[in-house]
Amino acid sequence: MLKVDKKDPSSVGVVETKYFTFAQEDGGMPLQCGERLGPITIAYETYGKPNAEKSNAILILHALSGDAHAAGIHPGLDNPGWWDEMVGPGKAFDTDRFFIICSNVIGGCKGSTGPSSINPKTGQPYALDFPFVTIADMVNAQCHLVNYLGIDQLLCVAGGSMGGMQVLQWVASYPERVRSAIPIATTLKHSPQQIAFNEAARQAIMADPAWSNGDYYAYGQPEKGLSVARMIGHITFMSIDSMEKKFSRRLKNGTLSFSFEADFEVEGYLRYRGANFVKRFDANSYLYLTKAIDYFDLSGGKLIPPDKKISTKFLIISFKSDWLYPSQQSQEIVRILKRRHVDVTYCELSSTYGHDAFLVETGEQTNLIRHFLNNVYEERF
Amino acid sequence: MEMGETKKLNLDHFIIFSIVRPRTRVLDLGCGNGDLLYALAREKQVRAQGIELNEQAIQACVAKGLNVIHGDIESSLKEYPEDSFDYVILNQSMQQVRNVDWVIDESLRIAKEVIVGFPNFAHIKSRMKLFFSGRFPVTESLPYRWYDTPNLRFLSIKDFEDFCYRKNILITQAHYLGKRKKVHFLPNVLACDAILVLRESKEAENLKEESKEDLCGSIQRR
Repeated sequence: MLKVDKKDPSSVGVVETKYFTFAQEDGGMPLQCGERLGPITIAYETYGKPNAEKSNAILILHALSGDAHAAGIHPGLDNPGWWDEMVGPGKAFDTDRFFIICSNVIGGCKGSTGPSSINPKTGQPYALDFPFVTIADMVNAQCHLVNYLGIDQLLCVAGGSMGGMQVLQWVASYPERVRSAIPIATTLKHSPQQIAFNEAARQAIMADPAWSNGDYYAYGQPEKGLSVARMIGHITFMSIDSMEKKFSRRLKNGTLSFSFEADFEVEGYLRYRGANFVKRFDANSYLYLTKAIDYFDLSGGKLIPPDKKISTKFLIISFKSDWLYPSQQSQEIVRILKRRHVDVTYCELSSTYGHDAFLVETGEQTNLIRHFLNNVYEERF
Repeated sequence: MEMGETKKLNLDHFIIFSIVRPRTRVLDLGCGNGDLLYALAREKQVRAQGIELNEQAIQACVAKGLNVIHGDIESSLKEYPEDSFDYVILNQSMQQVRNVDWVIDESLRIAKEVIVGFPNFAHIKSRMKLFFSGRFPVTESLPYRWYDTPNLRFLSIKDFEDFCYRKNILITQAHYLGKRKKVHFLPNVLACDAILVLRESKEAENLKEESKEDLCGSIQRR
C-alpha cells in the first residue's frame, strides 16, 4: 500500500471510524433468513460535508474483505483507506463537492456486528449462533444508518465486487432513495464457478482443526485454513497477464530447493498474503460473507419488479481481464436496464489487472465516475 | 435553438439534427464522441442513448453527460423492446456492420424511423479514379485504402434505394451531401454522402399491428 503524505492536498487527511447502534428493541432487525438480529452496530466513516438540502450524499460499499475505512489515514497510522485514490478532494468521489459515507457490512469483523461480536444473550462471541445475513440484510442495515444521518435520497451508491452487489440491492430494495448507481465489476448472481471458488475457500477454513465448528475465539482462529482461503481468493483476483508480469516463473532464492519451501515468487506472494490476512480478518466472517455473496440473486426481474418504473441512473463498469466477474455479467445488467428503459452508461475498461482492477485501475474509472456524478448532481440531461 | 451550438456541427450532423423532432427518444448506433447526441440533448431535449465501441469515445460521451453503452451495433440492438425509440441513427456506421439486412430490420423494429447516413461509392471521383487508374478509389468520404478500410460494404445511393424497394421500406426523406453543401442534381454521381430517413411501409406496419392485436386477442381469450 502507498503511504499518504499527511499534507497531501488530495487526501481527506486524518479520519476516524464512527459507530452507530440500532435495533435494540423488539428482538432486533428482521433478517431474510427469518431470524432477528439486535442490537446492531455499524462502523462507518464520512468524508466531506453534507449540503443544506443533504442532496449530495454518496454511499460507498466495500468488497468482501473491505471495511469502513475507504479514504484518508487513521491517527498514528500510515496506511490509507482501501479506495483512497478514488475518494478525496478533486478525486472521482470529490469530497469538496460530495458528502461520502462508507459503512462496514453486518456479518463482517471490522467494527460492525458479526460472528465475532459478543452475543448479548450469552456474553460470548456469536460464532455459529450468528444468524445468516444476506446482501439484502446488509443493505437494510445501511438504510438505518442513512436514516440516522438524516438523508432522504442518496445522490449515488457505488461499489465494486460484493460492494457492487450491495449497489444493485439498494436499487432493488429502495429505488426511490437512489438517484444514481455505480456497480463495478459485479454480477446479478454468482455463477456455479464463482460459488465453487467460495466453497473451496470455506472448505479450507472448515477443514482446519483449529476452526472447531466456529468456536475458536478463546484459542485463536484457524489461521492455516483462512490463509488458504485467502490464497484462493487472490488467485481469482489476478489475471494470467498480471501474474506473468508480477511473478513470471521467477525464483525466490535463485535456485530450486527440491523441498516444499516456496520456490517461486508467486508461492511466496500467496503465503505472505495469506499470513497477513489472518491478522486482520475473522474466519467465521469469511464463511458468512461468502455465503451471503453466493445467495445473492437479483436475476429474473428481481432488480426492477415488472410493475415498477425507476428513475435511477446507472454507470456500470467492468474490466476486460476480470475473469472472476467477467464483462458478460455486467452486460447482463445492462441488458435488463435496456429492456426497462433505464438510463444507463456502460464501459468495459481495458486493464490487465483482473478483478483487482477496480481497486488499482483508478485513472479511467476516475474520469467516468467524476463526469457521471457531476452530470447527475447538476441534472444536465 | 441556439445557432452557436449547432453551427459547430458537421454538415451530416446538422442535417440529422434538423430531421429529429424535439423531445423524442433517440438511439445513435456508433455515436462516436457524442457531438450529435449532445446537440440533440441540449437543443432539442431528446432522450439520448448512444452505442459505441471505442473506449476514448465513450469517455468523451460521458464527459458530455450522455448515456452511452460500450458495445457493437449488432449485439446492442437485440435487447430493446419494440418501439423503444422514435429514431435510430446509423450515421456512417451501417457500412461497417456485417449483417446490414438484419440491422436495418432490428432498427425499424425498435424505432419508428431510422436515419441512415453512408458514403456514396458511385460518386464521380470514385468512378473516375477506378476508371482511369484502375485502382481502389480513395476519396474524401471514403478515405481508406483497400487493406485498412473499416468498411465492409461499398454501396451507391441507388444500391440502397434498390435495397429499400426490395425490402418494402419507405424512404420518407433523402438528403444528398456534397463536400460542403447539399447536392440537388444527379445525387448518385455528385453526392459524397447520403442521409435517408426510413420507415416501415404501411403494409408492414399494419401487419405488425395485426399481430399485436392477435396477441392481445389471444391473451383476452385466455
